[in-house]
Amino acid sequence: MLVTLFISVGIISAVAVFLALLMVIADATIGNYGEVTVNVNGGARELVVPGGQPLLKALTGEGIFIPSACGGRGSCGLCKVKVVEGGGQILPTELPWLSEEEKKSNIRLSCQFKVKNDLSIQIPDELFLVKQFTTVVESIRDLTHDIKEVRLKLIDPPEITPVAGQFVQFQVPAYELTDEPVYRAYSMASIPSDKNHIELEIRLVPNGICTTYVHKYLKEGDEVLVNGPYGDFYLQNTDRDIICIAGGSGMAPIKSILLDMQEKGLKRKATYFFGARSARDLFLLDEMRQLEKENEHFTFMPALSEPDEGDNWKGEVGLITDVVARHVKDGASKEAYLCGSPGMIDACIKVLTECGVPEDRIYYDKFA
Amino acid sequence: MNEALYPIAVFFAAIFTNNILLTNYLGMCSFLSVSREIKTSVGLGIAVTFVMATTTILNWMVYNYILMPFGLEYLRFIVFIIVIAAFVQIVEMIIERVSETLYAALGIFLPLITVNCAILGVSLFMVIREYSLITSFFFGLGSGLGWFLAILAMAGIRQKLARAKVPPGLEGAGITLIIAGMMALAFMGFSGMINIA
Repeated sequence: MLVTLFISVGIISAVAVFLALLMVIADATIGNYGEVTVNVNGGARELVVPGGQPLLKALTGEGIFIPSACGGRGSCGLCKVKVVEGGGQILPTELPWLSEEEKKSNIRLSCQFKVKNDLSIQIPDELFLVKQFTTVVESIRDLTHDIKEVRLKLIDPPEITPVAGQFVQFQVPAYELTDEPVYRAYSMASIPSDKNHIELEIRLVPNGICTTYVHKYLKEGDEVLVNGPYGDFYLQNTDRDIICIAGGSGMAPIKSILLDMQEKGLKRKATYFFGARSARDLFLLDEMRQLEKENEHFTFMPALSEPDEGDNWKGEVGLITDVVARHVKDGASKEAYLCGSPGMIDACIKVLTECGVPEDRIYYDKFA
Repeated sequence: MNEALYPIAVFFAAIFTNNILLTNYLGMCSFLSVSREIKTSVGLGIAVTFVMATTTILNWMVYNYILMPFGLEYLRFIVFIIVIAAFVQIVEMIIERVSETLYAALGIFLPLITVNCAILGVSLFMVIREYSLITSFFFGLGSGLGWFLAILAMAGIRQKLARAKVPPGLEGAGITLIIAGMMALAFMGFSGMINIA
């Protein structure tokens, strides 16, 4: 009895070891592509990486983070990179994600495309600054009945250098609603000069993977991974008057931009329209009023579309678009910054252009 | 039946009367997910045929020369799975190294095949039916071709189906399973043509 047991264990181990050995040998010979050089952005950086791995992994290993939502399984189609030289054939696993135009201009899905020979690739410059940060939740507070402010303290690396208005990707670990870690993008509400902290404003979306996690599970002291900063939504370097329009958690990047302007002592005239349904959807009123008091150039204009009887609301009433239309004069000399839902943004762009703001001076960050 | 012709009979039986997919319903997952286009289904079909034919031989040898002499037949499930996995992995690496075109056409499907139950099923049937080495090879090859035929037919139907109006509740896997059932019925017409155990 014991002998048969030993024989069976022995045989199966022998078979497994033999096959494993075969795999190791194959990996070291057939699968060994040596070291290859990846030239990023025409020589801006030269990476020497082990060949045979997906480009996304190779870049991550070198500290260059390409935004990706699925973690490299080829199911989100986000991690597109332009391979200028050394690309070769497009794989069937990439095809569903690439348009005809992208195929022609050598755009590849970096999680499927393997690095086997020397390459030249082209990525947006800002991605060089993107890093992954290990953070700890310092505080969570309710801004409204459905928006929470999450303040993260950066641990490793301890500092981030964003431009006010940019966003980070928040990693949700596997839990009840997801079997694998997923990433969701949130704008930073914190002032960029506070390099050790990131503040996010996260509104609960029913069944939203990240928002449910943040609202139901995340507690102070928890570890959170974020990567960033990303995005081209930030204050332009001009001296025009500015109009800011936001709704709900669209407050975040606008708040960051306004605080940054205040700190830098910019004397640009700014009007901030904030739209909400009723008084219970308003938040950070005191902070904004304070800012108004300290800065004669800044006007805060919250507006309620459906104030409740008990709200006792004395401010602006109506859809944010109507309020903007009532107050914006002489739009041709101004520029505008919008953040909110796609519907709100499209409607606001229409109103602003009617008020004379040139369309190429309307900058926005749409919630996707 | 003529002893020499037996492997040939098994070969045709595996394609038509005992089609691994349509009579045993094995290998359904990739059959359902990769049968949207004829082009990709051809790639997968060829890859499955190749892997089935080769792993059947490998597993026959492992079974008859290693497991049988030690009386370890009951270990065949585990051993067959690791043999298939290791073999497919190595073949993928070779293809990737040797030919970019072949990799784009075939290699990409290989990881999908590792977990294809039809491959393991063929190796297990070969043991149950006590086939010889030659017969096993033809059985593996035939089963692979049978699977290829089934997925090719399904891809052809689904390409046409893309332009048809399917009731919302039946879209995707639903209608595909119904079609697979009808195809299985059609293949029953072949039964009785060749009789093998």
